[in-house]
Order: sequence, then structure tokens, then C-alpha cells
Amino acid sequence: MPRAVLSGNSAQSYAAKLARVQVISAYPITPQTTVVEKLADFVASGELPAQFVKVESEHSAMQVCISAASLGARVYTATSSQGLLLMHELLHWASGARVPVVMGVVNRAIAPPLSIWTDHADSIAQRDTGWIQFYVESNQEALDTTLLAFRLAEHPDVRLPAMVAGDGFYLSHTVEPVDLPTQEDVDAFLPSKPPPTGLRLGVASRMGSYTGPELYMEFRHKVARAMDRASAVLPEVEDDYERIVGRHHGGPLPLYRVDDADAVLVTMGTATTTARAVVDTLRDRGRKVGLAKLRVFRPFPVRAMRALAADVDRIGVLDRSFTFGAMGAAHAEVAASLYGGRERPLLRGFVAGLGGRDITPATIESMFGSLSKGEGSETEWVGLKRREEVVRIG
Amino acid sequence: MNAYETEEDLPEVPVASVPSDVIKTAGWRTFRPVIHLEACTKCNVCWKFCPDVAIRIDEQGWPVILLDYCKGCGICAEECKPLAIEMVKEG
Repeated sequence: MPRAVLSGNSAQSYAAKLARVQVISAYPITPQTTVVEKLADFVASGELPAQFVKVESEHSAMQVCISAASLGARVYTATSSQGLLLMHELLHWASGARVPVVMGVVNRAIAPPLSIWTDHADSIAQRDTGWIQFYVESNQEALDTTLLAFRLAEHPDVRLPAMVAGDGFYLSHTVEPVDLPTQEDVDAFLPSKPPPTGLRLGVASRMGSYTGPELYMEFRHKVARAMDRASAVLPEVEDDYERIVGRHHGGPLPLYRVDDADAVLVTMGTATTTARAVVDTLRDRGRKVGLAKLRVFRPFPVRAMRALAADVDRIGVLDRSFTFGAMGAAHAEVAASLYGGRERPLLRGFVAGLGGRDITPATIESMFGSLSKGEGSETEWVGLKRREEVVRIG
Repeated sequence: MNAYETEEDLPEVPVASVPSDVIKTAGWRTFRPVIHLEACTKCNVCWKFCPDVAIRIDEQGWPVILLDYCKGCGICAEECKPLAIEMVKEG
């Protein structure tokens, strides 16, 4: 297996190439641009026999992907921030049309004020679109997860689009050693082509046209069930990947040093790596702390979260975005999943790292500090610069 | 009877192989256009303006309202220069 030194963006490009995508359509936006730039190079050089469809916006890019996928092509796109927001309408069309589009999302803050730096608000804002959502921590995971996403999205029991979200710049423009699976291994892991979806060339038919109140709900319920089945299918997909390629990223909620832990922090994306180091440091000092990495946000791993809650007294949730008028989205999801379970540990939300602010070991340590004390408000904005005492929300 | 009664009857993907004109879309009409042919000049302006393609021109060149699809918007009556189209309240 060749090892390469790749940026997070190149890792995604290589994953799409290894998946033998047939149609790529995308519009450039920082920090996503180089994902599709590299794919355009692969297409231009003939290394990747695919069609690269140039479009005037992300909205059109997603429409191209939906149309091509409807006819059975394997398709890929990538975007960030405002581009993802512009796609929003078509994201619903993709899930409703049950097309297995795979998209790289390079997480970037939303304007105003304008920012190009990482923040999860762009993809979190898409949580209700019916897309499977992965959040990755490293360039290796970005590559592997993109391949997992194709297999899961195209699974006959699922047939839903999937996005693989990775932090802008922390991954996208940072190089790391990445093990590239061989083409033979990827060919063994992925079907040669996606299963047929709705349309066939040469047969007149229409997709997603008017449905009255008498049957609309039933189509929505089909999407809901498909999303539930995605949870059931993921372990099989990950096990197969491990068997063929030799790597497993631990399911939707991999745990780290949670045995006998009193307090566990739930993280998404690159903050996980920092948090893992902090857990080690605090463990060395005798503190009983652990980490749960929320790797799959949709479908939300309710069962895994409840199992974790059965073993720990305090759970903190780190959100790299905020839902105005409520709380961090992951915080809200964890709270919602635990309410229906038997165990309800003390729960606190931490908002940090917005607009690319560094989440340092000290940031994470202060979260564990607040969690141990168990006092104060439900949500704490960590690292906020204010002259006065921070007004606590919640 | 509708061929689709429950979720299990439906295809997984919302795809149909019959044209969309099987769906009659005129159910919410309040006013119906009535063409007075004695005033009509066969200019086809009504046909051109109809946003729902709910007017066809017959072999003699007369406009015919397709009442399965006409939503009663009244644009044809508004645009008709010789005032040959009257909007009549549905009973």
C-alpha cells in the first residue's frame, strides 16, 4: 500500500479517484477549491475517465450530480460554507430523489462577518436535509471515510446522499502521511457501479413530481426508514473496509479512555485530536476523564450515546457552531438522545473554536474543569473575549 | 381506484413512468373561463398567455379551455383584446 504525503483536500480527491467516480461537478470556494482542482487534473490527464461538468454555481453543481446519479452514475462534488448554503434546496432534492451523491464538505464559517476559517455551522445547517453526515479528524480518515460514504450511500437498503465534513485548513491545507489503498482493494470494496436508482436512459419518466397529501407522507417515511437502516448497515460497511483495506475508524461514536471515567467530552472533527492529548495529560494527573468522538452526526448514534451515558456521570459536548435561540446542535442532539434513555448524566455544552479560533489544550482542559465542577449554566462559550463576566446562556 | 394505497405500494424512489397529465390539477378553481366564440378573432393570445398550457387550439383555429387543468387564474380573460372570455363563478 503506497504511502503519500497529502493535504486533507488531496486525500478527498484521491478517494474520489479510487472510487472511480464517473461525473464530477463543482464550483470553487475557499477552502474546498483544491479538492476539485486536483480531480480536474486527474480528468485532464486521463488518469480518471470521468466527466467534469463546469457550472455557474453550487446550486447547479448539485443539480448535475442529482441528474447524473439518477441515471446510475457514481458522482462526486465538494464545497464549503456559502457554497453549501446555496446548495441547500438541492440537498433536499438529492435525498428525496434517493440518489447516492457523495460530497466533501470542507467546513468553513458563515458570513457575516466574512470568514474563511473552520466552523461547523455550514454543515450543521444541513442536518435536516436527509443527508448522512460524517465528521473526520485526520486526512487518513477523510480518505477512508469518503470511500465508506460511497459504499454506505449506494447500499440498496440506504440509497441516500452522504457528506464527509472535515475542518477547513486544519485538514484541508495541512499535509499528513496518508496510506492510499490500492485500486484493487477499492474495487473489491466498492461495487463496480451504483445500483440503479430512479431513471433509465431512453425511458421517459419523471422524478419527484407532484404528489398530493394522500401519499406525500409515505415518501417522507421511506426516507426516514432509509436513514435508520444506514445506522444498521454502517458496521457491515466498516468491517468490510477493515477486512479489505485494513483500517477501521471505530463506528459512529468511537470512545477513548472512558473506562471508569467520571467525565467524558464529546467532540467532532479535528478538536478530537487535541482533546485526546488532553485526556492523556489529565489521566497522567489521575483525573478520570475520557473522550467520545461523534463521527456520524446523521443518522445520530442514539444507542451508542445511551450506552455511554450508562457508564459515566458527566458528559460535556463541544460544539464548533451554535444554534441561536437554543444551544449547540450536538449538545441538543445528545440531550435529546439521552432523554429517552434510562441514564441521564449531568450534561454541559461548550461552544468553542468558532470562525477558526484555535481550540487549544488549555481550551479543552477548561471544559473538563467546568464539567468536574458541574456548576454554572448549561452552555458555556469557552475562550470568549469580554471585559465583563461572561453572560451564561441556558 | 388509486393503485397506491399505502407506503408499501409505492416505489422506493418517487419516479413515475406515466406523463404528468394524468394528474388533474384543476381542483381548486373558483372561476371558470367561458369563451364567447362570436367575439373571438382566433388571435391565439389566450393560448399564448395561459401559464398552465390549459388552452388548446382546435382544427378550425378556435381556442378550447382544458378544464381538467385550468386553475381559473383569469389571465386569458385579462389578455383577450376583444373581451371574448368571461370568468364565471363555479357552482
